[in-house]
This record gives sequence, C-alpha cells and structure tokens, in this order.
Amino acid sequence: MTVEPVLTVEDLSVRIAGLHILQGVSFTVAPTGVTVLLGRNGVGKTTTLRAVVGLTPRNGEAGGTVRMGGQTLLSQPTHRLVRGGLGYVPEDRCVFAGLTVAENLRLAERRGSTPAYDRVFALFPELDRRARQRAGSLSGGQQQMLAIGRVLLNDNRLLLVDEPTKGLAPKVVTEVAEVLERVAEAVPVLLVEQNLAVVRRLARDAVVLAAGKVAWTGDAQELLRETELTRSLLGVGSAEVHH
Amino acid sequence: MDTVILLTLTGLGLAALYFLVASGLSLVFGLADVLNFAHGLFLGFGAYATWWAAGNLPGAGSDGFGFVVAVAFGVAAGTLMAVLVELVLIRPLYSRTIEQVLVTVGLSLAGVALLQATWGADARPFPRPEWTRQVTTILGAQVPNGGLLLIVAAALVLGAILAFLRWTRYGLIIRAGVENREMVTALGIDVRKAFTLVFAIGGAAAALAGALGSVYFGTVSPQQGGSLLIFAFIVVVIGGMGSVVGSAYAAVAVGLLQQFVNYYGTSGLGDICVVALLAVVLLLRPQGIAGKVATA
Repeated sequence: MTVEPVLTVEDLSVRIAGLHILQGVSFTVAPTGVTVLLGRNGVGKTTTLRAVVGLTPRNGEAGGTVRMGGQTLLSQPTHRLVRGGLGYVPEDRCVFAGLTVAENLRLAERRGSTPAYDRVFALFPELDRRARQRAGSLSGGQQQMLAIGRVLLNDNRLLLVDEPTKGLAPKVVTEVAEVLERVAEAVPVLLVEQNLAVVRRLARDAVVLAAGKVAWTGDAQELLRETELTRSLLGVGSAEVHH
Repeated sequence: MDTVILLTLTGLGLAALYFLVASGLSLVFGLADVLNFAHGLFLGFGAYATWWAAGNLPGAGSDGFGFVVAVAFGVAAGTLMAVLVELVLIRPLYSRTIEQVLVTVGLSLAGVALLQATWGADARPFPRPEWTRQVTTILGAQVPNGGLLLIVAAALVLGAILAFLRWTRYGLIIRAGVENREMVTALGIDVRKAFTLVFAIGGAAAALAGALGSVYFGTVSPQQGGSLLIFAFIVVVIGGMGSVVGSAYAAVAVGLLQQFVNYYGTSGLGDICVVALLAVVLLLRPQGIAGKVATA
C-alpha cells in the first residue's frame, strides 16, 4: 500500500536577487515522523522551508509545485497557509522580544479554534511560569521553547522547523530534541538541522541538498551509517557522524 | 517666572500638535515601512472638513456641541481619506519604497492643489468656540485656551492609543508587527488589515490635529499640513520609528526647544536648534529615543 505524502515538492526553483538558489528541487515528506533536510551551509535548506511557507522575499521568485494534501501552496499568502495547518518555526526563533511570553503565545491563537495551552504547558512548564516575562529576556533555549510552543498552540498538518538547536548549549539541545521527538509522534515534521546527533535521534527520512539541487534522498539512519557518503554530501568527519 | 510658564505651556501646545501628526506617521512607518508624505494631507483635509461642517452640516456649528459635531465630522473625513489612500494607492505598492514615495509626494501636492482650487490659496478664518479665543491664568501666566485644548486632546489620544495597543488583539498585532512583520504573517495573521487600521488611526489623529490646530491658529490654509509634517517627521525620527511613547517624548522636546529658543534667541533659531537636535540624536542614538518598538 502506498502511503500518501503530507507534502510534495516538485521542481521547486527560487531566484533571489538574480541568484538561482534552488534549481528544481523535488522531494516528499512522509505523513508521520521527522524528515530531515540536510546539506552544507548555503545550499538552500532555509530557502526551501521559506518557499514552502510562502516567505520568498520580494526581490525573489519561486516556481514549481508545492502541494499539501490536495492544496497547492506556492500561490497562496503565508497567513492562509499557516491557518491551513502549516506550522513554521523559523531559524533564530524570531520571538517578539518586546512582548511577554503570554503575548507571544496569544498572538499565535487562531480564530475558530481553541488554543491548546494545556499541550504547550505540559511540554514547556517554564513558559507558564514565565508568562509575564518579556521574551527578549529569555535564554536562547527558553526562546526556542516559546517558538515551538507557538506552533503547538494549534493543530497542524505539518511542522517546518528550521535549525532548532542552533546556538544552544548541549543540555538544551537534548531537551529540544526530546520535545521534537514527542511532537513528531503527533504531527509530521520537516526539519532543517546541522547537529547530526539530533538527526540520528529524530530523523526517519533524509533529503540532502547540494548546490541548490537534491543530491540524495532516502533513509536517514542509512545515510548516517555510510560514513563516506555522509562525508561527501555534508562535508563532516567520521567523528561527527558517529558522535 | 510667568514667561517660563507661558512658554512651557505654549511649547506643550505645539508639542501636542506635533504628537497628533507624528503618532500616526510613526505607527505607519514602524509597521508597514511606508514613509507617508501624504500624511499632512489628512491634516489639511480634516481641518477643511471641520471648517466646512461648522458652516454647512446640520447639527454642527462653531460653538458648543455643534463644534464637537463639526470636529467629529472632520476626524471621520480624515479617517476615511486615510483608509482610501491605503487601500487604493499604498496597498499595491508595499515593499516598493521608491514608488510609495513618488505616490505619496504626488498625492500630497495634488491634494494641496485641490484644496487651493476649491477654497482658494489664502488662509481663511476658522470658526472656533468662544472659549478657545480666551486665556486661562495659570500661576500668573495667561495661557491661550486653544493651546490647552490641544494638550488635553493629545493626552487623551496618547492614552487611547496606548490602551488600544496594550489591551486589544489588533494592538498586539501592531506591536508585534513593528518588531517583525514577517513573523506575524507566519503565525497565520493577515497583517494587511493591521496596515489599514494604523492608516485609519493615523488619519484620525492627523485630522484632529488639523481641526484643533486651526482652532489654535485661528485660520485654515491648504499649506498647513505640509509645514507641520516636516516637524512631525523630525519628531518620528527622534522618538524612534514605530514608538508612540517615543513620539510623545520627542514632540515635547521639539515643542519646548522651539518655543524657548525662539523667545530667548531670535525668531527662527528654534527651528535650526530642532534640526541640530535631530542631528545629535541621529549621531548618538540612530534608532531614536525608544528604538523600533510600538510601546504599550
């Protein structure tokens, strides 16, 4: 029996300021678990996520086809895609520093659906305790919790999570990975991640980008077992792969 | 001492006028990144609508409740115009800065020409309540009531905007949007509605400035909006783009500086000092007093 993917990306091309960042990227995201998007710096991982959620900058253009269920995404504005069940956790968290934790969460509430504060506070009790604190004064790890908490406030069909462990202390990286593992039990995740230990723990499928194209797709654990392949695709040493 | 009190209160009156124009300008720029050179037109339009209503609108007049009705009509007209400008001219041009500047400068020039063609280029006497022609003695200083009216109105507008930003969902969206507009849309919010709303708020405040400023000066003229807009821009930059509280502080600083220097120095020196203050702020704190935060 063929399992229908939750997201299908076909021939996705993105040009920004005259540069051809993505050159016909195609892949699918399984309806369960974590699919990880890998590649060296600057290959277009973040650009891919942003194109899917409709955030290609004004000086750029995106072409190709992106489908979630029967819905075509590229032609729609970001707010409509998100309301349709596409949750996005951006690189560098992007919490609203001048707003309190409670206000950051309140902003993510969607009209017509009951916000799942219980779910968010069960995963991140710290957010409940720090509700009145300005988000800008939280630690990096706490800000990441808030960024993930914002998307978990609503029921989503797919989460796009961009480098959630970037710049975090090792202990916090483990906490974030644990949370994402639990989240992925309920909703599929397309994850951009550089930390291969986190990838090893979370990812089932992998898509590797190189120079704006898909260089490899398949089982993530299999990729990590193939040291030479990992080294050639990601440019990392064997110590990092087996860490 | 009387002179200092008089200069302080008339300076605060001027500051109130600047604040009413600058608050909307600041929110529009902070949220939507639109440098609206047509903002002064909302002021002129509000002033002329009030002037017209006082003489022609049933129920409106130049005194008592009739004057309140006339001002309400002027504010409604300014608000409507601001909303139409946003929906028809600005919305198709978001993120196209050069085109926005051209359109708003063109609209500003065309609007002034339209007011001149309709009611003439000369200043006209503005119908104003008897009370505003009088003075109130405060600690020995005879302060024009028109100035006090402006101060009270600006304080009420400041309070209302802050309460709106602090307590309403749209206020929350605006505060967040000033920080990171893209992330607001990534949370599923159609930020364009907030753009229209800040234009409406800005248009209403500018139209109120037009009506009450005309009461203070006693006349209304087509160029009124343009001359006040220059100082409003200075206030916005000093206060910090997007910060209403910053605009209030900056307006007070600019109004007082202008008034005191013009009195104790020579006439016109106050304007030069305001520009010097702007230069100092830009050198020492380019983000302005409050930075880019829609303070609530």
